[in-house]
Amino acid sequence: MDISILYYLVPSVLMFVFGVYGFLTRKNMIAMLISLELMLNSADLNFVIFNRYLFPGSMDGMMFTLFAIAIAAAETSIAIALIINIYRAVGNTNVTDIKQLKF
Amino acid sequence: MDYSQFGAMLPELIVLGIFLVVFFMDTFGGNGVKKILTPTTAILFLLATVAIWIAPSCPEGIFGGMYVNDTATKAMKCILNLGAFLVILQSFAWADNAEMETRKGEYYELLLATLFGMYLMVSARHFLLFVIGIESASLPIAAMIAFDKYRYESHEAGIKYILTAVFSSAILMMGLSFVYAFSVGSLYFSDIMVAINEGSMSGLLMFALAFVMAGIGFKLSLVPFHLWTADVYQGAPTPVTSYLSVVSKGSAAFAFFIIFTQCFGQVYSGAWEWMLYALIILTITVGNLFALRQKNMKRFMAFSSVSQAGYLVLGVIAANSLGLASMMFYTIVYVVSNLGAFAVIQTIEDHTGKLNMDDYNGLHKTNPWLSVAMTLAMFSLAGIPPFAGFFSKILIFTSVTSATNSMALYMLVLIALINTVISLYYYLCVVKAMWISNEAPVIGEFKSTCVAKTGLGICIAGILLFGLVSPVYEWLVNSVELSSWQPLALLGL
Repeated sequence: MDISILYYLVPSVLMFVFGVYGFLTRKNMIAMLISLELMLNSADLNFVIFNRYLFPGSMDGMMFTLFAIAIAAAETSIAIALIINIYRAVGNTNVTDIKQLKF
Repeated sequence: MDYSQFGAMLPELIVLGIFLVVFFMDTFGGNGVKKILTPTTAILFLLATVAIWIAPSCPEGIFGGMYVNDTATKAMKCILNLGAFLVILQSFAWADNAEMETRKGEYYELLLATLFGMYLMVSARHFLLFVIGIESASLPIAAMIAFDKYRYESHEAGIKYILTAVFSSAILMMGLSFVYAFSVGSLYFSDIMVAINEGSMSGLLMFALAFVMAGIGFKLSLVPFHLWTADVYQGAPTPVTSYLSVVSKGSAAFAFFIIFTQCFGQVYSGAWEWMLYALIILTITVGNLFALRQKNMKRFMAFSSVSQAGYLVLGVIAANSLGLASMMFYTIVYVVSNLGAFAVIQTIEDHTGKLNMDDYNGLHKTNPWLSVAMTLAMFSLAGIPPFAGFFSKILIFTSVTSATNSMALYMLVLIALINTVISLYYYLCVVKAMWISNEAPVIGEFKSTCVAKTGLGICIAGILLFGLVSPVYEWLVNSVELSSWQPLALLGL
């Protein structure tokens, strides 16, 4: 069976859309963070797919993905640290409970 | 590998050097060393600013053209450095107390790390380096925002910032992946420009462009992406707020200009002119209208900075070398005006803890000099003639109308002008509270520290002189002219 680029691209873009949907609808901050990871990973996946299928001669997309994974890890670690801070202050990780700053 | 290429990255190496000095002093120094940590950082940083200013630029790119440090990017780094130096001066009173004793070194380390990232942002000519720069500029800021460990608002602002920042960078990376697919498998700005030139306008390109614009628009707090701004500015410690509003925003604006002219310049009239057109009108108007109803000074400055970002981006829509020069001039004036206002807010908060606009009633009876400084800063932000803000607004409007002869751009300038009048109202509200209001003053008399006075003095000198003394503007124009800058006119537009 011939596996074309679309078999990879469609799941990747769907993953991005699920990430956006999850980020907008989830109330728990950890779940929001997981949605963000889905978005970041779908971008990484896109890079790898384009590199593999469109430009198999070069490595730019793969290199970008390696760096992007490291950056995503750094982002997650800072976000987790801040969520722990919020948990200590509020007692849960619900976004609807952090509403002191508004308007 | 040829290590001599690193010699061209002099500004980055200098900032990295200061970072290491502060880090080792903080980690291994005793109590005596910790006491002099803050002044040492400030003095080293001042020396670094001078060194970067006089250091030779390197017109040809290094690392295969990934990194460029020509006269224009060097001038941008000097502007960012001026802002960061003033922020360090403002942090003195906040960082030098018992609670911060063990942690203040970390604050300066984070600040220098973000500055390093911003340097990479404006010097990058390859999207991988740009992404690394934008992330190392935005992630440590989240830690800086949440720095007040015992204040709840600080944490709330931090979590709001990090979630929106990661969301925006995910969108940016998704856009970049489509840019990568569109180009010939390269992420160099110049290669992408060639690919766009050869290919036709496609839905994929528009999609990628919109995503990249949204990703950087988050950093600049342009309007559909500005919702984090007010909350984060209010919750963050005041020095961090001023850093966010000036240095972070300035670097994002420069990077915005560079990416959109050097990379997507070919689709100016077809695609990003109208996208940016809508963004600018929304940014200026919404920022102004929301600023009208704010009572908290930091929140008020947040919405004022949203609308100022709209004026900054006017330089991007001009997309010529005059646009870049006037945008840099706007930024340097915005640095001194906004930091002048924040220096007053910071001093008053340090001494009395008051942050609401009503608390400023009758301030001139107790603290006349602070009132004068605040008034000058507000006049400059609003663009009242003898002060620098007036000249920066004139130049940026001129650059837009000189770009093309289209009616749409004249309309844009007209809308921006009307908004300047609206902004005058809320800036003068602060002035009215300080000078005209008859109520008894809330804030008692106090004497501000020597360092705070120095910082405020530099800001006031800048507000008074930058407009009237032409060498500042000439320096910026020259640095743009001398750089390897390609205005869009040369590309056949």
